[in-house]
Amino acid sequence: MKPPIFHDIPAPGFPNLRIPAKLILLAPLALLLLITLFSGYFTVNPESVAVVQRFGKFKYIAEPGLHFKLPLGIDSTTTIPIKRQLQLEFGFGTPNATNPYQVGTEPQLERDMVTGDLNAAEVEWILQYSISDPQQYLFHVRNPGPTLRDLTESVMCEIIGDRTIDEVLTIGRAEIEKDCLEKLKTLLERFNMGIAAQQLQLNNVHPPGPVQRSFDEVNRAQQERETLINEANGEYNRIIPKAKGLAAQRVSSAEGFAVQRVNEAEGDVTRFKQLLIQYDKAPAITKQRLYLETMNEVLPKIGPKIILDEDAKQFLPLMNLQPAAASAPTPTR
Amino acid sequence: MNARTLLVAIVVLLIVIFSSAYTVSEIEQVFITQFGRPVGDPINANPAHNEAGLHFKVPFIQQVNRIEKRILEWNGPAVDIPTSDKLYISVDSFARWRIADPIVYYKGLHDEASALSRLNNIIGGETKNFIAAHNLIEVVRSQKNRKTVRDETLVDANSTIGVLPPIEFGRSKLEQDILAASQPKVAPWGIELLDVRFKRINYKAGVIEKIYSRMASERQQIAERFRSEGAGEAAKILGKKDRDLLEIQSGAYRKEQEIKGKADAEATGIYAQAYNSSPSAADFYQFVKTLETYQKSLAKDTTLILTSDSDLFRLFKHMGTPAKPESK
Repeated sequence: MKPPIFHDIPAPGFPNLRIPAKLILLAPLALLLLITLFSGYFTVNPESVAVVQRFGKFKYIAEPGLHFKLPLGIDSTTTIPIKRQLQLEFGFGTPNATNPYQVGTEPQLERDMVTGDLNAAEVEWILQYSISDPQQYLFHVRNPGPTLRDLTESVMCEIIGDRTIDEVLTIGRAEIEKDCLEKLKTLLERFNMGIAAQQLQLNNVHPPGPVQRSFDEVNRAQQERETLINEANGEYNRIIPKAKGLAAQRVSSAEGFAVQRVNEAEGDVTRFKQLLIQYDKAPAITKQRLYLETMNEVLPKIGPKIILDEDAKQFLPLMNLQPAAASAPTPTR
Repeated sequence: MNARTLLVAIVVLLIVIFSSAYTVSEIEQVFITQFGRPVGDPINANPAHNEAGLHFKVPFIQQVNRIEKRILEWNGPAVDIPTSDKLYISVDSFARWRIADPIVYYKGLHDEASALSRLNNIIGGETKNFIAAHNLIEVVRSQKNRKTVRDETLVDANSTIGVLPPIEFGRSKLEQDILAASQPKVAPWGIELLDVRFKRINYKAGVIEKIYSRMASERQQIAERFRSEGAGEAAKILGKKDRDLLEIQSGAYRKEQEIKGKADAEATGIYAQAYNSSPSAADFYQFVKTLETYQKSLAKDTTLILTSDSDLFRLFKHMGTPAKPESK
């Protein structure tokens, strides 16, 4: 097309603004070339792989690094972080989670479980998983994240539903984790979700709030029982060894007494025999001497003494004995 | 102008190509409609036969309709149902489904929202039917013969602790029944139901209070048992203490008396032998012992009343030959 003539004469003072016809054709081509260049490569970061589709059909999986692809939307890529450890939390939530499905929408309802003996328990747990097969993960199930959440919750519900409250709370925890993980792995395999469950961990597990006190009371009662038994044992240990010692003491002192008794008897008898020898030589005078000696010794020690004449015997009943002595008088012939 | 017609031809060709070529992704199935009427078989609908990629159709008059191919999730609202043993529970279930026949699905439902609402009605209804026909325990438990681990310390206190109520069918059977009953009802919509699972089972208010009070009383009973056991054990130990103490003390007494008795007997033997050796020995012994008794028994607080005819004071009245001193 020939432009009008007056356009050929540039206005004085103005540069020639007319774009050459060739450039009009070249500009879109250059743009196209640029777009082609920029859509012809992609990079994959180290923790991920990229799934490449050509016209929508799966082509290959690209490892980390720089890659070329067919441009202009012929090849499309989706990056999947297969080396990243992902986590789902049930019954509770850590704030600032990076995984959008990490925390459930109704943690309170997730936590409440019915046990196999129809009791109630509150269970919190964590699932750790990673994407094992990016192709399956992308193409087989839509929204694998929420599906995994629901599956895990249903498996936990099923496992808890076959356990007693005491297994859930105390003695069966490890078994629950193990069984749950196994069951989940089987299901994930059956549904080809491209997800590998790695670890399942029970977090806080406790009886529901209103019955917590009763459960604590059982523990307290258990402690009380031990305390009572310990105290009783303490009492036993306080008394019995001492009593044994005292018994041994009594036996020992009785043995001492026995030796003393025999020795004294032997002593007495020896002394008596010696005296007897002398007595036999002069019985009457010895007796008298011994009698008087004794009286000599005894009489000064005695308190009031009353000597009655035989003829005044009737006086005795009239006598006031009371002030004479505190204890009863000892009449002697 | 040759170049111009060429350019036009290229543009027209491009338009034709772009209007006839279309891509089918791995995640979708496609069917072609011509003036709104489906034409030919759906593409990439068979899971066993992957037809994803570039495809062609008649340009302009045919239209591409894309339908989801992946497994989809139905996560309906929780249903509140009384079980056949009249326990009010809330059951939240979820299901997985896929679009098996895209044309039927498209004709009947048009979009996913209406499909989900059909699933709500059908699965929700069947769930209600089956749960209402069974006891709660059948919904909760699954393995018939599971051996529970029992806490022996608690079993002593309450023998029903750690025992699971028996079941006849169990949870997975119910889930399968619900699936089997729902499948034929959704098939006419081109939907294939893959599985139905209970996700959550919660007691409703009213039931939960009863459960709590049962749990509390069960535990209280165990606590009482522990306390009583403690008191009993303590009493046993204290009883043993008393028994042992009396045994030790009486045993010591017995031994003591035995030893003392033996010693007494021995001493008595020694004395008797010595004092009985002759009549004069006996006489002398009696005399000496009597004097000894005086010495021991007469003290300061004794009032002594003597008569003047006693051996000692005989001389008071009469001086004469002293009588033979003798005491009784």
